[in-house]
Amino acid sequence: MEKSQIWVFMEQRGGVLHEVGLELLGKARDLAEVSGSAVAAIILGAEVAPLTDRIINHGADLVLVAEHPALETYRLLPYTDVLTRACREHHPSVLLFGATRMGVELAPRLAARLKTGLSAHCIDLQWDANGNLLQMVPGWGGGVVATIRCPEHRPQMATVMPGVMQKCESSGRSGRVITWTVGDDLDVSGPKVLEICREEPKTRALETAEVVIAGGWGIGGPEGWKLLEELAGLLGGAVGATRPPVDEGWASEEQMIGQSGKTIRPRLYIGVGISGMSHHVVGMDGSELVVAINSDPKAPLFEVADICITGDFREILPPLLEELRRRLGAKQPH
Amino acid sequence: MEKIIVCIKPVPDPLAWDRLAMDPVTKTLIREGIPSVINPLDKQALEAALEIKDACGAEVVLLAMAPVSTRPVLRQALAMGADRAVLLSDHWFAGSDTLATSRILATAIERLAPFDLICCGNFTLDGSTAQVPSQVAELLGIPNIMHVSAMEFRPPGPLLVTQKIEPGLVILEAEFPLLLSFTKEANKPRYSSFLEILAAETREIAVWTNAYLQLGAGLIGLGGSPTQMADLLIRRKVRQGLRLEGSPEEIARLLADKISQLGIV
Ligand SMILES: Cc1cc2nc3c(=O)[nH]c(=O)nc-3n(C[C@H](O)[C@H](O)[C@H](O)COP(=O)(O)OP(=O)(O)OC[C@H]3O[C@@H](n4cnc5c(N)ncnc54)[C@H](O)[C@@H]3O)c2cc1C
Ligand SMILES: Nc1ncnc2c1ncn2[C@@H]1O[C@H](COP(=O)(O)O)[C@@H](O)[C@H]1O
Repeated sequence: MEKSQIWVFMEQRGGVLHEVGLELLGKARDLAEVSGSAVAAIILGAEVAPLTDRIINHGADLVLVAEHPALETYRLLPYTDVLTRACREHHPSVLLFGATRMGVELAPRLAARLKTGLSAHCIDLQWDANGNLLQMVPGWGGGVVATIRCPEHRPQMATVMPGVMQKCESSGRSGRVITWTVGDDLDVSGPKVLEICREEPKTRALETAEVVIAGGWGIGGPEGWKLLEELAGLLGGAVGATRPPVDEGWASEEQMIGQSGKTIRPRLYIGVGISGMSHHVVGMDGSELVVAINSDPKAPLFEVADICITGDFREILPPLLEELRRRLGAKQPH
Repeated sequence: MEKIIVCIKPVPDPLAWDRLAMDPVTKTLIREGIPSVINPLDKQALEAALEIKDACGAEVVLLAMAPVSTRPVLRQALAMGADRAVLLSDHWFAGSDTLATSRILATAIERLAPFDLICCGNFTLDGSTAQVPSQVAELLGIPNIMHVSAMEFRPPGPLLVTQKIEPGLVILEAEFPLLLSFTKEANKPRYSSFLEILAAETREIAVWTNAYLQLGAGLIGLGGSPTQMADLLIRRKVRQGLRLEGSPEEIARLLADKISQLGIV
């Protein structure tokens, strides 16, 4: 019997791999060790062959490369077409995507065409006793985790949150590269790309940061905000916000955490000058360690915090910055 | 422009989520007593449709698959300026995953054809799968664009759509028919006046059951869903609630210790 295959879609834009694909290869490797499956990566583009070494070193036994000029820039319908044909030819058992903007648009369209199941932004994947993939899906702002499976349809498809799976890299792994010929009957219909504006994010993406320092209305203005940025800088984290700082322009829309913003699950969340309204809490409650700093001892955020510090942040943060700098062995500021 | 269909999902009010409970036997969420609100991003979808209607005229039709008890949510959307509403409601629809839900919505949309544009929210608050828009479009065989943060349509000019990507933006030129799903940057949904809200109170809402859609049992509900729920866990994290006391310097040391324990410093 042929080995069953776990496939990972390798997202690339402009020849740059999205890290989540490498993270998924790490998870696929773990799953494959248990089931004896092979790990295959599939990558689409115009000239993507130079990326295959890196993909193999991150755990792929096999890389399927689909190259065609019309695949240079991601477009939904051509990508769906190629992936459909590849799945129909090779029958992967599992197919994983990063829950990125590309993955979130592409995976459901492909699943509907293949008439199979898809689970969204998983935080973990495991096998069950019957060799079905168990897909852990957070819902309701992280307050509920559903375990989804897809017993009767293949491939078992899932999108996985960036930043939750571990990469495993070893240089000099060997793997096979198969170039897949894309015919001239490729579906090139759909919206035309007029312009791409690549704007590098100013701050680290909140969703993937291990540390998030979040500020609220209590910060009072851009001056206090600098302290948060300094703290995030020291800890290699990102700065997030509640709604009022976004409305006031101290923080950008992209930084908002909560019901109408982002859902984050960092290892460390420090909320400063934040009251802890449920609109905000639904977006951060999945964090591993929650620290709250608030001048009001009755602030609701304390109820969902592991570590509660009552006080004015202007008095609490400077000695903390100093202490951390000392421990990090970095230079004291002048 | 003839017709724009806006897919609206009534979702349980997030302010009441702490009252969510789980039925230990059926492993389903008990939503009883939790009020429904319109999924926030679906207001962005409706506003986008209404802006086109204001500019070049179009019939705006609301479509929701939900229990009939959520009629008030559709009335709120009617008050914003939609022309009519169709509610898809049938016990056969219960338990549908995103593919089965999309089949039901797509079939209803075929009954409403011809249409030019379908507007969706980019994701919902409760399930937040963000899967329904691409799946409805696929089942209808029309193109779709997700993560739409801006739209420009000045006939006879083309439809220009700005899509958020990582990192940055893409500008796309699209043709109708098309499905778009909108993010919160796309627009500011309008408020309805008291008179509009009052007028919507008595508006008719069509209810379609599967008797009209005629979908086979193997296509909808639990039986038509490729994915199954194996388990459901309500995670109410137990937090330590440890209060750090002392001078700011002492607090700084204690907190730095905690951070070190995480292996971050
Ligand atoms: C439909 C809807 C959606 C919403 N979506 C979101 C969302 O996604 N995300 C979100 O965050 N909000 C959202 N909101 C807003 C939300 O309801 C709250 O208004 C918001 O989260 C409060 O932000 P805050 O805690 O920063 O401000 P506040 O509630 O004003 O709290 C400020 C806190 O700072 C403390 N403080 C003041 N000075 C200091 C000091 N010197 N040192 C330390 N502490 C100090 C105060 O004690 C207080 O607790 C939404 C609201 C609605 C209606
Ligand atoms: N039951 C439903 N009825 C109507 N529209 C829906 C339904 N479910 C999803 N949608 C639409 O699809 C969008 C994305 O939903 P989801 O894929 O569930 O996150 C929503 O914002 C709605 O526009």
